[in-house]
Amino acid sequence: MKKTIQQFKPISADSTGTASGVCMSQAETWLRGYEGAAIFVLALMLLLFTRNDVQAQSYAIQGETVYTMAGNPITDGVVIVRDGRIDQVGPATRVRIPSGMDVVQARVVTPGFIDAHSVVGLAGALNSPHDQDQLERSNPFQPELRAIDAYNAREHLVVYVSNLGVTTIHTGHGPGAIASGQTMIVKTTGGTINEALVDSVTMVAFTLGPSVSRNYSQVGSRSRTIAMLRAEFIKAQEYKRKVDAAGGDASKLPTRDLKMETMMAVLNREIKALITAQQVTEILAAIRLQEEFGFDLVLDGAAEAYLVLDQIKAAGVPVLIHPPMVRTSGETVNASWETAAKLHEAGIPFAFQAGYEGYVPKTRIVHYEAAIAVANGLPYLAGLEAITIGAARILGIDGRVGSLERGKDADLALFDGDPFEYLTNTTGVMINGEWVVKPE
Amino acid sequence: MIQKMSLMLMAALLTAALVHAQERPVAFTGATVYPISSPPIENGVVVVHNGVITAVGGANTRIPGNAERVDATGKIIMPGLVDTHSHIGGGDGGDRTSALHPDVRIVDAIDVYSDTFRKARTGGVTTANVMPGSGHLLSGQTVYLKLREADTVYDMLFDRDITNGMVGGIKMANGTNSLRDAPFPGTRARSAAMMRDLFVRAQHYQQQIARADGDADKLPARNLQLEAIVEVLEGRRMVHFHTHRHDDILTILRLKEEFGFRVVLHHVSEAWKVADEIAAAGVGSSIILLDSPGGKLEAMNIRPENGIALERVGADVAFHTDDSVTDSRLFLRMAAHGVRAGMSREKALEALTLAGARMLDMEDRVGSLEVGKDADLIVLSGDPFSVYTFVEQTWIEGIKVYDRSEPAQRVFNTGGWEVFRGEFFDHYSADAN
Repeated sequence: MKKTIQQFKPISADSTGTASGVCMSQAETWLRGYEGAAIFVLALMLLLFTRNDVQAQSYAIQGETVYTMAGNPITDGVVIVRDGRIDQVGPATRVRIPSGMDVVQARVVTPGFIDAHSVVGLAGALNSPHDQDQLERSNPFQPELRAIDAYNAREHLVVYVSNLGVTTIHTGHGPGAIASGQTMIVKTTGGTINEALVDSVTMVAFTLGPSVSRNYSQVGSRSRTIAMLRAEFIKAQEYKRKVDAAGGDASKLPTRDLKMETMMAVLNREIKALITAQQVTEILAAIRLQEEFGFDLVLDGAAEAYLVLDQIKAAGVPVLIHPPMVRTSGETVNASWETAAKLHEAGIPFAFQAGYEGYVPKTRIVHYEAAIAVANGLPYLAGLEAITIGAARILGIDGRVGSLERGKDADLALFDGDPFEYLTNTTGVMINGEWVVKPE
Repeated sequence: MIQKMSLMLMAALLTAALVHAQERPVAFTGATVYPISSPPIENGVVVVHNGVITAVGGANTRIPGNAERVDATGKIIMPGLVDTHSHIGGGDGGDRTSALHPDVRIVDAIDVYSDTFRKARTGGVTTANVMPGSGHLLSGQTVYLKLREADTVYDMLFDRDITNGMVGGIKMANGTNSLRDAPFPGTRARSAAMMRDLFVRAQHYQQQIARADGDADKLPARNLQLEAIVEVLEGRRMVHFHTHRHDDILTILRLKEEFGFRVVLHHVSEAWKVADEIAAAGVGSSIILLDSPGGKLEAMNIRPENGIALERVGADVAFHTDDSVTDSRLFLRMAAHGVRAGMSREKALEALTLAGARMLDMEDRVGSLEVGKDADLIVLSGDPFSVYTFVEQTWIEGIKVYDRSEPAQRVFNTGGWEVFRGEFFDHYSADAN
């Protein structure tokens, strides 16, 4: 994915795979440099260790039901994982499990779940100023704020959602500002942002509606929010014109402006505009802005989407629907448990999200939220899709995650029953071929 | 004179209430009945008349000839849910002028037309302890309500006899909830000292009244604050105590021992750390389970295993919604999560009904399906612990107050365009800490 503002090089998904490769080349270097027997033995031990490590990264997961999300669910299915990737998926009758491979069993196997919009990692469980970085209140327009600069990979809530089977989160700056900052995609594993990162700049988080006025005294009304945002897009168009006119000639480039660089990337459709718009007024305004400036729009929240399904469908924009269990107050006063079902019926692509909570629960759990929609009319597989491959498609990561297919990241969730049921436990979670929750 | 007026008012209210009373028996047949106080009955029968349960039993149970029949084949019938701690009804409580408001009554601030009541009925809640607060050492007097269709708050009072004023408990809190600038306490120890001081003053007031021995000339000047605390000291008013951390829980047990009041622990996030002490004190715990922990430091160690931790040591445990912290529409869901964390199904169901009734001193009237008890029941489409199960009907005292098959009522469960007004007690903007 080409990104002009992506100056941060993510560690690639195969980092776990290449880790052993690094060891090998170091061992070879040492062997060339020293002839001593002691060193040779050390190198042999290292080689043996490395080989064991590779073996430990191969697993066969047998599921009574395997939801691959690429084709029909498989009864008595097997998923073979090697070196952090999915190697084979199919019915037990067709997939041979190599002898000696670690075998794990589960009632239900799904791809690791994807939370399509969270603030976890920027927002922490303690809810005190030192762990709340999802919204900066000094200025209502800060698209330049990078999510990677504020993510705590060891945050309690990251571990919490990971243990329940949520393996990928689209997280970052929250709703509540005209532009609160950037979002990114991480795996819910790793001790640092570098280890967790999938995509460093995914979208810019914009918000329309009264919540902006509550957070910033500079913005007093709906129409002024839109006027301020349009002014910024027009400035970005100017900036882009200068950059384009420079034709790569550094002397002709405008002075670097981090805000405008980000906005230009939105105009260039290198990153998407995530617009939180709960009420009809805001949903239509977001679509109007998209038509005026031609960016890639992802609608977020959309509590009143059921009133303007035709308009959303005609605009061809996907929706990250509010958590169904959101409180019915303020801008989500008209939220319905049936909205997801209506989006599905209308053929509008959508995904579920944990969203942002100011108090408790400090994060919602994306499959708990999807469950409520499934109980309220959303077909079962459509519910699963909206927290797996459907979410991956909207986020542009469906080449790597979201389904159990050969070559994709080995991100799996194991359950002792229907993952939407209240009584079901998560029995295993794997990310990049490593157990985060090791099955018993 | 004033007393005579209120008696006349009472008579008028009772007449109004009788108009709504259930005159024809209703018989529910075919369902699996969970009486809670006894084992489930397959293909059971429940008969209700004049607002009370007149029969509970198997398929052979005699049904009066004139009874209206409700075919509940394939359904589950259980008692209406008792929510031991809720903020529905749009009420408020004490203000910021003081940390202690024993004279403040939430009954004076309830909006019976609040959509939060309709919402709660769709979740199967039939009885609620509506609490004032939060953010004080003592936020005020709570009110016990039946979620009847109502024109006035009097129609909703659990105990329709309001002449003695006994319509609820009292809400207290410790930990960081009430720590703020003066006149509020700044530390835990000061919180305890301020509460002890209030109880000591109430003891003195109580002695003054006792010494007067009915002689009006010798009675102390009426003190609305201390009157309420005397009711607490006499065990006539239950203390509902918000608490999270293990040491705060023990502080409450220490105060209880010193002053002898009756108490229910609420939230009790670290119950799992001091379950033995809670059991030994013989106090009930009204717990809440959340989808993720935190929100504040003192609640970080909340565990879904609190239910089983208390069950294991034989302590009484109930659930509460703390609506709007959790949604009354999903009250059954909380018990299911308790079961997932290890509670027995039986105790989890009891924690939604009879255990809560005990903590509100109303187990003689609600919480189980037994002859003579109030005809408060819910009809479920399936297993109470399944996400796919809905409350299909909610009945209070023999009157159906919610029917999911009516689209105009069903929306109070699903939500949608202009269903709710969005006005409800909001903990996070009420700077709860």
